[in-house]
Amino acid sequence: MSVPLIMFLAFVALTLLITFWAAKKNTGASAYFAAGRSITGWQNGLAVAGDYMSAASFLGISGMICFSGYDGFMYSVGFLVAYITVLLVVAEPLRNAGKYTMADLLAYRLKPRPVRALASLSTLTVSTFYMIAQMVGAGVIIKRLIGLDFAPAVIGVGLLMLVYVVFGGMLATTWVQIIKALLLIAGAMLLSYLVLKFHNYSFTAFFEAVSKADYAGTAEPKNLLEPGLKFGVAVAGPWGPLDLVSLGLGLVLGTAGLPHILVRFYTVPDAKTARSSVVWAMAIIGLFYIMTTFFGFGAATILKKALITTVDGKPDTNMVAPILAQVLGGELFFAFISAVAFATILAVVAGLTMSASASFAHDFYSNVLHHGKENRPGQEVKVARITAFCVGAVSIGIAIYLGPSVNAAFLVGLAFAVAASANLPVIVLSVFWKRFNTTGAVCGLSVGLVSSIVLILLSPNGMFGKAGALFPLENPGIVSIPLGFLAAWLGAILTARDPEAEAKFAELKVRAHTGLGSEKATAH
Amino acid sequence: MTDNSKVNWAEIEAKPAFRSLLARKAKFIVTATIFFLAYYLALPILVGYWPELMKRQVWGKVNIAYVFALSQFFMAWIVAFIYVRVAAKWDKEAADVIKDQI
Repeated sequence: MSVPLIMFLAFVALTLLITFWAAKKNTGASAYFAAGRSITGWQNGLAVAGDYMSAASFLGISGMICFSGYDGFMYSVGFLVAYITVLLVVAEPLRNAGKYTMADLLAYRLKPRPVRALASLSTLTVSTFYMIAQMVGAGVIIKRLIGLDFAPAVIGVGLLMLVYVVFGGMLATTWVQIIKALLLIAGAMLLSYLVLKFHNYSFTAFFEAVSKADYAGTAEPKNLLEPGLKFGVAVAGPWGPLDLVSLGLGLVLGTAGLPHILVRFYTVPDAKTARSSVVWAMAIIGLFYIMTTFFGFGAATILKKALITTVDGKPDTNMVAPILAQVLGGELFFAFISAVAFATILAVVAGLTMSASASFAHDFYSNVLHHGKENRPGQEVKVARITAFCVGAVSIGIAIYLGPSVNAAFLVGLAFAVAASANLPVIVLSVFWKRFNTTGAVCGLSVGLVSSIVLILLSPNGMFGKAGALFPLENPGIVSIPLGFLAAWLGAILTARDPEAEAKFAELKVRAHTGLGSEKATAH
Repeated sequence: MTDNSKVNWAEIEAKPAFRSLLARKAKFIVTATIFFLAYYLALPILVGYWPELMKRQVWGKVNIAYVFALSQFFMAWIVAFIYVRVAAKWDKEAADVIKDQI
């Protein structure tokens, strides 16, 4: 047995123990969907950070910085700054006014059935795209690291995460995420330390080397600190700079609309803890993404190009971090980083499935189909477990069908675009605008959802490829986010005022800003 | 625990203390949001459209582009720090507003 496999099995064993412990504590819906609202600030901060630092971040960004330099680092910046939106606008009202899902906040003063149906659709869309991206990544990486074939690897990851979600619920998913976040931070610190050690612990020498990065003498030296290697006019054409701005906008506004991040704020006892957990998350996420400087740029100064290029000569972006670990720290460290990457995928996929199944069971099944009444106690949880199974099976199926060559960045981009264009406008307007009504929410959600999907399909990443693209930008945010807001606003002002929604706005305001009547913790 | 159906929400919402709290909160959130969006979006705009300016080196090989990017992390942390400080005061005021409800 290989060392990465042993380390990975150790992680699996530990997380299964947690799942077993969580399953015994899972009594009732609040325990299953929201971990009994018993998670503390720093724990939730780690869990939020864990959900966010996906395989795409860890492996994808280090690869992107290694090959595209500064422009790759722009992702790192956006990923942290995005949390200000979460902190200022979303986390506290959501915790105070909602119960289990993002739609709870929207349905608070609007007509629940149409709003929940669409919000649930948007949640399932975002989660499924995100998840397929992770699954495909998982298949590719596991094949490289452990030698398992693509399809068995994807099925294995899918089944394991289903065990966490179906038996352990939110409590197990949260703890898996916390452990993984700690492992990931430890790995990133050690990797950064080894890069600095390579450059004799000198920042000056480090940046000197990055400014003429030559992949250990195997390529023409280039200054990776200079912007423009990915989005510059010379590389990406006249639309490149605007694409960069659009990307930034999508990142900064999309995070606050990602359902699997939002549901984490229901796992804490109150809004104050929700706030402190965002601050913890910002500290951890910021630290992590600053460190991408070292293992991203650093890789380009240390690794030979042949090590990080695929057989057909393309940059093997996902393997940069593990290979860097191998070169600097030997087989054992390679095994550790591989196991961390593996754990990351597993934990993020579990978090996504959890939020998708909670939304389907709570929003669609209970509230849209059954008008908010539960026929038998425990039915909602039962439906969520069945949904988790279906979502998992569908994602495994699609991931295997699409195969290892699908562009994972494309799928993640789609998830962020939908979150920013469909979810965020309606969240903001329903919390801050009295005149907002159900038609506005329906318009905002559907226009945001459809416009971001259509624009991505027409983009250079979409159906017609680079040459036939009808929309010049890879990131649709700069068009689809204003469209989402505009549709929500127009939908509201062009239709009749809704006296009930406006009357309930007073209630929402008091509840969102004082916490009066909010869901209380159930577990201890 | 509060019984939500018995709470007179409109009455609480109409309290001058609550209205004043909300007005100050909204002012802070709007100002902070405009500030951080402007500060953040300045980065891709400058980097995208004025790359030559951003490539100027300021400390060894470190250029303006990297320093500005790094400053975004600190900007985010500082905004969060200030928000947490003022929000702690708001918590007390909010608790005062609803103290006769619990």
